[in-house]
Formats: sequence, structure tokens, C-alpha cells
Amino acid sequence: MNLFDIIGPVMIGPSSSHTAGAVRLGRVAWKILGEPAVQAEICLSGSFAQTYRGHGTDKALVAGIMGMHSDDEGIRSSLELARQRGLEVAFRQQDIPGAHPNTARIAVTGASGAKAVVQGASVGGGNILITEINGMTVSFTGQYNTLLVLHYDKPGTIAAVTNFMAYSEVNIGNFRLSRPKRGGEALMTIEVDGDVSDALIASLRILPNVINVVLIRAI
Amino acid sequence: MEYTSVSGLCREAEEQGKTISALVLADQAQQMELTREEVYDRMAQRLQVMRQAVQAGVDPALRSTSGLTGGDAAKLMDYAQSGGLSGSFLTRSIARAVAVAEYNAAMGKVVAAPTAGSCGTLPGTVVSMLEEGLCGEEAAVMALVTAGASGMVIAQKACIAGAQGGCQAECGSAAAMAAAALVELKGGSPTQAAHACAMALKNQMGLVCDPVAGLVEIPCIKRNAGGVSIAFTAADMALAGVESKIPVDECIQAMAAVGDAMAPSLKETAQGGLAVTPTGLRLKEQVFGS
Repeated sequence: MNLFDIIGPVMIGPSSSHTAGAVRLGRVAWKILGEPAVQAEICLSGSFAQTYRGHGTDKALVAGIMGMHSDDEGIRSSLELARQRGLEVAFRQQDIPGAHPNTARIAVTGASGAKAVVQGASVGGGNILITEINGMTVSFTGQYNTLLVLHYDKPGTIAAVTNFMAYSEVNIGNFRLSRPKRGGEALMTIEVDGDVSDALIASLRILPNVINVVLIRAI
Repeated sequence: MEYTSVSGLCREAEEQGKTISALVLADQAQQMELTREEVYDRMAQRLQVMRQAVQAGVDPALRSTSGLTGGDAAKLMDYAQSGGLSGSFLTRSIARAVAVAEYNAAMGKVVAAPTAGSCGTLPGTVVSMLEEGLCGEEAAVMALVTAGASGMVIAQKACIAGAQGGCQAECGSAAAMAAAALVELKGGSPTQAAHACAMALKNQMGLVCDPVAGLVEIPCIKRNAGGVSIAFTAADMALAGVESKIPVDECIQAMAAVGDAMAPSLKETAQGGLAVTPTGLRLKEQVFGS
């Protein structure tokens, strides 16, 4: 914890959990998709489903899906902006069994036809917990800079990625692997201390068997 | 530094002959691997956001997303011209707190301090001192550092979330942080800042979090105004030499224990307190339907 966790974050109101955290959830979906979305289906569960209009949770999620940060003044008018940009948005209220009260499941489609599905919860103070990405179980909070490395489950891939990180003097605070099926697509969730340079991300992306690398920045 | 004791911070500051803010600025720069200037600039930006939120929030036409609140800060600013019962300075300070809290409810840009629900209290106190010419900008920025330092201790030894500790943890913490900041702004000692922090906490201990319709509006906005009055009162008492009989760290512990003892219905769930009054329920229906 530091000073700016207490005097901060700078955010668009009214609620750190229902607005600021929601922007961050949307942003994770945007990052994973890696291109502007043309379609977004958002399922809201629990408290999100009950109170999303009063808190602007809908605007916040859509703003995040368009890549905005939680202090962007454009959040207020994000629904209009989405219409102008040709992003079609649909909301559904449906309880997701066993999920945290502030859970959203976001399915986005890009212009190229690419798809991404992200499920996560806003757990308070603008902090989030992402629990699922593209059908893979994950668990990260976004309190640390987090690298998501989508790759094929092949020998040496994890070693190659972590070696490159070591050369760049990036310390790993937490590492988790999701591998639904042997030899198939798998996901490394790597929480790191300090910053991750664009150069490191670029060099990780071209490693053999790496499909995509995404950095989710801490607040 | 660990930020686990306000009196520990004060002792350290007094031993080094520094203000709390100077001590904490240096420590935070080290911990975040930044220069002191970078930490200062970051805090200065937050002060700027607070000032802009005050300005935007006094617009008489401002309304929240739900339509339940807005426009009260403008009324208070007008009324303050007449002096008001508690003097024009305190009335304008309250107006600034309400302005920022109303702007938050209208999806404006604010600084959560420590939370969005309590975002008006530090602007109502520290920004007021600055806008009224009672301190310079540098002193105001450093006062936010002192506020943040006491907030870090409260967050670690108790909590700052309404869902965990009730409103005492949000608006109560904000008032305690502001009280410590005000003492430093007025030239009081670190020990006096700690007493102010303690007395502010004591005055909001037990306050429940009972938001109507679950929204950060009713009663949150007006509790920021209350937080400002308590912060000034506690700071004045400390500056006059009044001491908190219960030491600040014990007050923080007590606040945590009271929060734990609070029923879940009174911790941001909108199941108790003002949220379930007939009017509270009617307003909920007005916003969300039945």
C-alpha cells in the first residue's frame, strides 16, 4: 500500500466498485480482444444487475471496452460514443451461481471476427478480480502489473518467457498457469513488480508458441 | 516505514525534527522508487483534481445519474455570503465538500480520499484552506501527504471500506485524515495532529453505512459535510492543547472492533438504517422500479 492508494485513485464517480472497477473490467476485455470491438454482450450478476443504472456501471463497462481508463471524462457519454463508433452493446441481467456480488461477464467481438470472453468481479476500492478468460480459469486482481501470455502448451515456452523477463530485470511476484488441455492453448498469468516495457512485451510476442501477450496495468 | 501506528509516525517525525508530511514524502519516494519531487508532483495533481471538482460541483444545474441529488452545494455557496450560523468560512468549507460529493454522484472526476463516498471531506478542509488564502499550494499538497499517512495506518489497522466497517470507516477515516492535515497546516505539532486524528475518529465512531438504493448519494453527500465540521472541530481542539484521553492507535483499534460488531445490514448492503425507511424505499423504487 502506498500514499496514492489512500489519496486516490483519481476516478469518475460515483462508486469505486460499481464505476471505477467496472471500467477496469471492461478494459481487460478490450486488452484481450486486442482490437476495437464491434459487438459486446455483457451479463451482469448480483449487485451489478440490481443497481447498474444508478451507478453508471453500464457506461463504465462500455467505456472500458472502448479502452478508456477509470478517470476518463468520456465515461459519462460512453453509450453514445459506442453508437457513433459502431459498437453494438447488449446487457443481460442474470445471476452467475457462486459469483461475487459485483460480477460481469463480457463477451466481445472485433471487426476481424476475433472474440474474447472475460469474467470478473469488482471487489472494492476499484480493485478487480478476473476469474475467467476465454474459458480458462484465471485469478488475478490487477493490483500489480499483470502480464497475460496466451500460448500453446509446448515444452520450453514458460522458460523462454520467464528468461526474457529475467534479462529485463522484471521480478515475478506471482505466477499461475491455466491449461485446460494438454498441448492446447494455455495462459500464463504473471504478476510483476515495477513496470514492464513495450520492448519486453514485443520480444515476448515473437517467441515460439506464444500467441499473444497483454499487459494489465495496476491502477 | 510500516504505517501501522499513527503515534509511531509522530514519534519518528518529532525525533527527526520534521513534519509528518516531510517524513512520509521521503519514505514514500524511497518505497515507490521515485524522487521526492515525483511523489510531490503526483500529489499536486490530485490537489488539482480536487480543486476542479469543487468548481464543477457548485453548478446549480448539476444532477446525479439517478436524479436523486445535486444542486445543494450551489445553495450553500449562496447562503455562505450571508455568513451563516457557523460563519462564512465553515459554511463555504461545507459547500465545497458537498460540491465534490455531488459531482461524484454526477459521474464527475474526483479523487477517492480515501473512498469515492468520502471524496468531499479533504477538499472541504484542505482545498478550503488554500482557496481562502490560509495556506499556500505547497503546504496544501503536503497536508494531503499527512492525511494519506494517517489513512494508510487506518486502512492497515482497521479498514476504509463501508462494506467492511460502515461509514465510520469511510467518512470517519476521511475526517480523521483531514483533522491531522489541518493541524499540520496550522503549524501544530505531529503529536497535536495525532490527537486531532483521534478526536475526529471518536466523533464518528459507530456511524453505519446505509445508502438509499445502494447509491453513493443519500446520506453519503451530507456526511461529507459533517466530516468537514468534525475535522475542523477536532483540529481546533488539538491546536488549543486538548488531548484525546484515548490514544489515536487505540481509537483506530476500537473503530475496527465496532466495524466488526456492526450487523451486515448496516454495512453498505442497503438493508438497514436510512435505506429501509419508507422514504428510502420509495426513492429506491423511483430509481430502479419495484
